[in-house]
Amino acid sequence: MSRAMSETLLSRAAGETRSAIIEIPAAQGCLEIDDLSLRYGEQPALRGLSLRVPRHSVTAFIGPSGCGKSTLLRVLNRLHDLNDEVTQSGRVLLEGEDIHGPGVAVAQLRRRVGMVFQTPNPFPMSIYENVAFGLRLQAPLKKRRRDEIIEWALVSAALWDEVKDRLHDSAWTLSGGQQQRLVIARTLAVQPEVLLLDEPASALDPISSLKIEELIRNLKSRLSVILVTHNMQQAARVSDYTAFLEGGELVEYAATDDLFTNPRLTRTEDYITGRMS
Amino acid sequence: MRRAGRPRGEGPWPWLAAGSLALSLLMLAALLLLLAGRGLGHFWPAPVVLVTLDDGHQLAGQPVREERRRTLEGHWVRERLYRVGNRDLDGEAWRWVEVGRIVAEETPEAWAVIERRRWGELIVRPLALEEAGRRLTEAPLWSAFEARLERGRALAEERDALREEVIAPLARRLAAGHDDAAARERLVAAQARVAELQAAMARDVLVVESAAGERLSVPLAEITAAWRPNAMSPAEKLLAWGSNLWHFLSEGPEAANSAGGVWPAIFGTVLMVLLMSLLVTPFGVLAAVYLHEVAPQGRLTGWVRIAVRNLAGVPSIVYGVFGLGVFVYGLGGRLDAWFFAETLPSPTFGTGGLLWASLTLALLTLPVVIVATEEGLARIPDQQREAALALGATRAEMLRRVVLPMALPAMLTGVILAIARAAGEVAPLMLVGVAKLAPQVPVDGDFPYLHLERKFMHLGYHVFDVGFHGGDVEAALPLVYATALLLVGVILVLNLTAILLRHHLRARHAAPGTR
Repeated sequence: MSRAMSETLLSRAAGETRSAIIEIPAAQGCLEIDDLSLRYGEQPALRGLSLRVPRHSVTAFIGPSGCGKSTLLRVLNRLHDLNDEVTQSGRVLLEGEDIHGPGVAVAQLRRRVGMVFQTPNPFPMSIYENVAFGLRLQAPLKKRRRDEIIEWALVSAALWDEVKDRLHDSAWTLSGGQQQRLVIARTLAVQPEVLLLDEPASALDPISSLKIEELIRNLKSRLSVILVTHNMQQAARVSDYTAFLEGGELVEYAATDDLFTNPRLTRTEDYITGRMS
Repeated sequence: MRRAGRPRGEGPWPWLAAGSLALSLLMLAALLLLLAGRGLGHFWPAPVVLVTLDDGHQLAGQPVREERRRTLEGHWVRERLYRVGNRDLDGEAWRWVEVGRIVAEETPEAWAVIERRRWGELIVRPLALEEAGRRLTEAPLWSAFEARLERGRALAEERDALREEVIAPLARRLAAGHDDAAARERLVAAQARVAELQAAMARDVLVVESAAGERLSVPLAEITAAWRPNAMSPAEKLLAWGSNLWHFLSEGPEAANSAGGVWPAIFGTVLMVLLMSLLVTPFGVLAAVYLHEVAPQGRLTGWVRIAVRNLAGVPSIVYGVFGLGVFVYGLGGRLDAWFFAETLPSPTFGTGGLLWASLTLALLTLPVVIVATEEGLARIPDQQREAALALGATRAEMLRRVVLPMALPAMLTGVILAIARAAGEVAPLMLVGVAKLAPQVPVDGDFPYLHLERKFMHLGYHVFDVGFHGGDVEAALPLVYATALLLVGVILVLNLTAILLRHHLRARHAAPGTR
């Protein structure tokens, strides 16, 4: 969405407050984003975002294409580190610790903050090896212990029953939905504290999509989930909190039920009722 | 919907395209057929024809081909070329005969083709066998002759074995300064046995007569092979063809490359190509990985890419000159001065050799490997890299565990292209290490087993040498065809091996969309 357009929208909503953000108590927050701005070259993508993500809950980021929600997710995993064009400012705290701090090893951080992408991307290996991939990067485990973790991860990802007899088949023999659950299992195996899901069901058929949603609801007992989605029904079904982003800004952040039934800003209401998406 | 089996597209274009493809395939087939026909036909035992001319002269030979020629008077005559052998008797091993002057042709069974160590082959009628000057009356003559030829071969084998396994090692030991009385004694004994064997081999002599009526005594020790093509059944001929072909493949060259086999050249070609692959693969892959995965992308990497692609177009002889100047004289001269000073001025590494030839060809094929590997790396989806990173892999772990395995088929494609290019190169090799004649292959039982400094033979250079540097063009021509066919065959086998390997790897590591 162009900048000019967002400015017209702003002027139309004149008189209204720019944003409505609920404050999550610091004790409940696991991730805290503080005045985060980011630009690709000259193109701003995030403008001064601040919010706190609560622990053991599902937080959805919604918003039109180009609003910065995927960019924000990649910041949390420090995937922008590789891109020289990106300049960013502000802080992200994971359990009170700055993820960009000098003492933080990026590989270590990514183990704590796992990420699942839009298209299923299993490695060209067996199902077993895919889940073992992250484990093999760490200190060597006894085979029995590793097998246990792999089984646990596949069970947690609701995939175990479907693949337990063919763990050593290529991961590409699985269907798209199974592949995406395999990727989630692969991420769970390294036992992250936060799971970032970047439109995890948008490339899947409706049934597979429902399975993923169910899985997400079950996962929040163990970790904090951040879900980026285009699909507002999905956000409403799955998440506890929802943040609406537009033009790189956080517009409204509230408990999901409040945001969808009683949006406080007209910009949010326009978006969720489909007036401008 | 289009009908199956019809070319897609409209107008003359599909036909034009299909025609071009058909023409290319036809030319390829014609090339292979020519090489196979001319080259493999050479080993077939052709019949010996006894020709009587209108002036009463007789000649015996194997017809090779016919041509129409214009005489000095201006009319056309058909002439036929005969391989008549007997170079030491007649001075010419080939005879053109006007077909119109032939009054009689027969194929008598008694005539034989006899190959000798010197002077090429004889096409003669065997008359008698002599043992130490005494004429023998054993009958039939031919089977007696074959039995004695076999005895001679056994003796020669014993002599060669003695020379190789006893005399040579002892002589090396003594030359190295171990003055050992027992060894000296054994050496003398072995030499005496060799002399004995030589004398025993010289015992038998075959007396033969040429078509012109000249008689000749041929010691059996001189004879390498003999057959009577007119008396052979088709099965025997096929057997003889196979055996000739096997000798061509498995033996060293004789008589200044104009006869004998090409085994050292096959071995040299394959070994050189394998060494080249071993050298070029790690360099090419590392360079491509740096260029695509490590270096910050910018104008400089763009320029480097253009330069690498252009290097692939540099004529190969230029690489030869570079190899001669830098590897042979530069590096080789340095190595000699440091490690082989005691043998100077005769060079060890300071002259062309297997190592320098492989290095030069590795340099020549480096761009191919770099380009192919880079293309393979570019085909790997970024999601795969991100997935590895998101699981806590460092960049190095991501490269090693995800990216490189997935790029393996592409790397092998690069190596296949490199092999295809390197195996056929001759020009640079002439400068950096190929030899006209190197009957010792560069691998043997002596430490360090692989002799990188040795010169080697190469099929491509062998074609050139046999075809253009031999005295006897008619004799060389079939060998040129056969060697060329063999070169094509060797490259095919090398490529097929790599392709099979790649297929195997692809089944394990293919990236989506690269299958």
